[in-house]
Amino acid sequence: MSFSTSVNSISWLIGGPQGSGVDSSANIFAKTCAKEGFYIFGKREFYSNIKGEHSYFTIRISDKPVNSHVEDINVLVSFDAETVFRHADKVSTGGLIIYDSSLAETVLEEVPTIDFEASNRIRKLLEDSGQSINLNGMLEFAKSRGCMVYGLPYFEMLETVAQKMNDPKLSKISRVVNVMAIAASISLLGIKKDMLISAIQEVFGSKPKLLDSNIEAAEYAYYYIGTKYNTKNIKYKITPKDALKDHLLLSGSQAAAIGKILAGCRFQTYYPITPASDESEFLESNHIIDQVDGKSGSIVVVQTEDEIAAITMAIGASLTGVRTATATSGPGFSLMAEALGWAGMNEVPLVVTMYQRAGPSTGLPTRHEQSDLLFAINAGHGEFPKIVLASGDIEESFYDTIKAFNFAETFQLPVIHLLDKAISSSIQTCKRFNNSLNIERGEFKNTIDKNQSEGAAGHFQRFKLEDSPISTRVPIGTENAIFWNTGDEHTEEGHISEDTENRNKMMDKRMKKLDLALEKINQDDMAMCYDFDSDGNNVIISWGSTKGGILEALEKLSQEGNKMKLIQVRLLHPFPTETVKKFLKDAKLVIDVEMNYTSQLGSLVQQNTGREIDYKIVKYNGRPMSTTEIYIALKAILSGNNERRIVLDGGT
Amino acid sequence: MAELKLADYKTTVHNDWCPGCGDFGILNAIQMALTEMQVPRHKAIIFSGIGCSGKTPHFINVYGIHTLHGRVLPFAQGAKIANPDLQIIAVGGDGDGLGIGAGHFVGAGRKNVDIPYLIFNNAVYGLTKGQASPTLRLGEKTKSLVTPNTSNSVNPIALALVSGFTFIARSYSYDVKHLKDTIKRAITHKGLAFVDVLQPCPTYDDIHTREWFQGINKQETGKAMPRIYKIEETGYDGTIKDESEINDKMTRILQFSSEWGDKIPIGIFYQNELIPSYHERIAENNKEYFAKPPSHQEISDRENKPIANIDKILDKLQIKD
Repeated sequence: MSFSTSVNSISWLIGGPQGSGVDSSANIFAKTCAKEGFYIFGKREFYSNIKGEHSYFTIRISDKPVNSHVEDINVLVSFDAETVFRHADKVSTGGLIIYDSSLAETVLEEVPTIDFEASNRIRKLLEDSGQSINLNGMLEFAKSRGCMVYGLPYFEMLETVAQKMNDPKLSKISRVVNVMAIAASISLLGIKKDMLISAIQEVFGSKPKLLDSNIEAAEYAYYYIGTKYNTKNIKYKITPKDALKDHLLLSGSQAAAIGKILAGCRFQTYYPITPASDESEFLESNHIIDQVDGKSGSIVVVQTEDEIAAITMAIGASLTGVRTATATSGPGFSLMAEALGWAGMNEVPLVVTMYQRAGPSTGLPTRHEQSDLLFAINAGHGEFPKIVLASGDIEESFYDTIKAFNFAETFQLPVIHLLDKAISSSIQTCKRFNNSLNIERGEFKNTIDKNQSEGAAGHFQRFKLEDSPISTRVPIGTENAIFWNTGDEHTEEGHISEDTENRNKMMDKRMKKLDLALEKINQDDMAMCYDFDSDGNNVIISWGSTKGGILEALEKLSQEGNKMKLIQVRLLHPFPTETVKKFLKDAKLVIDVEMNYTSQLGSLVQQNTGREIDYKIVKYNGRPMSTTEIYIALKAILSGNNERRIVLDGGT
Repeated sequence: MAELKLADYKTTVHNDWCPGCGDFGILNAIQMALTEMQVPRHKAIIFSGIGCSGKTPHFINVYGIHTLHGRVLPFAQGAKIANPDLQIIAVGGDGDGLGIGAGHFVGAGRKNVDIPYLIFNNAVYGLTKGQASPTLRLGEKTKSLVTPNTSNSVNPIALALVSGFTFIARSYSYDVKHLKDTIKRAITHKGLAFVDVLQPCPTYDDIHTREWFQGINKQETGKAMPRIYKIEETGYDGTIKDESEINDKMTRILQFSSEWGDKIPIGIFYQNELIPSYHERIAENNKEYFAKPPSHQEISDRENKPIANIDKILDKLQIKD
């Protein structure tokens, strides 16, 4: 099963020890292809480790927009033995493998970072296919499957480059090897050298010394592979296209951070955690903010002592009227639960950007999962209103961030914006973001007339009981508007009250915001229905980062005459029951697709709409769902598979 | 502007602290300090944690934010960083600030945000019926304890010192004038100020009672011998005028902090304004911070369009051909 068409739709992978520059090499490759006019989707995989463990970056290149990864690898770029051991069996027939020819004799057991389980799997694979248990064996195995292998003597090449540049030190700089490896792959794919050089200039532009040596090494490798190997019979090709106009290449955490800047978030707190910290660090690096009026603003980013401090500090800041957020992942979010209830009780707008990763506990700290949906919805003791919103891709992360702040202020409550590692750490070509969205601040006021402040006891009533559950909100420090907040049940002024009647009224006031949210939020923000001319019989439900993989699988199925539709639920709480019911109306088959063990969205849909889920496709091995495996699972269901629950296990 | 009177800082909320509670003295002292300083009522915000002390804001007629158990400092710091123009006062209990909130106590010391923080220190968890608090000493058995305390106590003054608080003082809730003056000094201090307020719990602490502090039960000479003494009266001045004084002063403060029993020092142990506040640290990299802190910034125009211009950020990420 392949999603690649060999020309202009390719899956490329580079691997290497963590800390060896895999990321920046992948960036250079992605930029090179983007400059050639191609759409990019890149996925990062790494261990919870600083240096040495195996990390890899998969990049899909296509002449059509791409938003997911595939199982197949068409081009495997390596400069260590482990990358070949771990990935060569996934390289497609006719696929290309670039490796370090000096490592050909490396024995599997000599690679200390290949863990016992993986080592056993690889050994078995090689034994079963009658190959020797070393890198050569792996390459022979790949060749037997129709792969083409290209050995490069990197360090000999590096010495030649060092001599050419008259810089003997250069031969010791192993990082240049990465660039040689990608340059070789670019040469094999038939991409012109100019775009590669231009991409290297963008990445190393600020470091002239590095720039020169990288360009020299890249050029040498680019030509070297062409002279050493016959490249005519390579089936994978990239033919230049017109450049993509007005397109960005960025990660989900960057998209969310830029969304925060545009949304007017001027205070963010965080405690370091993977994969959420990237966003805060991006905000810190861009803390001085340009304004359309020519003046400048700024965002204060505070690193706190823990996540409890992160959320409570954010709430304290929000009370002063500033748009405020905190960003975290599952373990940190667990610590935030109590304070979330305080924000709900005191009707404080707050955005919590929640980057899910694989749990429970520390789980797989650098890997993928969508397992915090029900936790996010139910976080905190007691009952209070909150909004839970989940974005499906990098572009949505940007626009949804702005919406999250609008919801937080309009309804005066905490908003949990669910993202996950498959969005935050992946990169994608997106249409340049626009500022089409308005800032909606609801009943927020900066000044209060003296006569408005005369409540029951002559005080401003922050929690005034009226027809609307939304009261006038002012920053603390506003004249004529002194009020109190307390986590206790409280009066309209905010003083503690244990009165039964007041309790009911205040509970009603707060909880009614959920009904109001369902009235006011646009349908597209509640759920999207992607209909591939389907008759509506076969419906997939999903949420979050699985969107891209599902849509591409559906497109392929549709081309084959199997028309299905996708309901992407975006507002998870309050649950948009009517909208989802409407989309499910004629469904004969409902298939739930999500990256967790218990099909959390499935149970929400069942609970809220009464519609049973017919099939569940789940995954919890820490690797995101590829469009390949979604396609295969759907195909199995359509062809009468009796398994009601399919567990996907793709990924390395 | 009419002069604000003490009564202006009082609410009509029924005060349900136990009769004779030391908290009353602290409440009065805060209200007196605000009156003497003529802090505009809307500019003052009292943040509190949870427990008997947590109710304090409801009795003061200024903005009052009654937060979560142990979390008063991060709440208060967030507000003060977002709007440094506010006059924020943080209050809490000893269990609140030195037990469940001890991590924040240390974290706040490192930041040195410009707020005063008062701990109502009575060695017991009053509102939950008298369990041992982090300041109850090892082996002491207050009224509700089944057995003598099996945990040792934390030393609040020493902890504040090593955590980086730049103003450290102690006062006593029944010496309202001393307490009021100390609070005023804490409010005017530039940086994070800690005031450890000794405050007898008449209901659950039958050891450290008002009489115990007065030394009525310690009558070797036939008359009461007060345990509390004022360090200023011994000629001590805790102000750091030059960095070279810090080491000697720290040693002296640690000595003060370990005095207990017959001689309990109160007063200002330490004040060091040579250390930049968190706000000044922000302003080093963000020149307009004081003029335009987070809470003062415009974020949208008249048509509700975002005022931020993200072009330069997007340009960097844009694919260039």
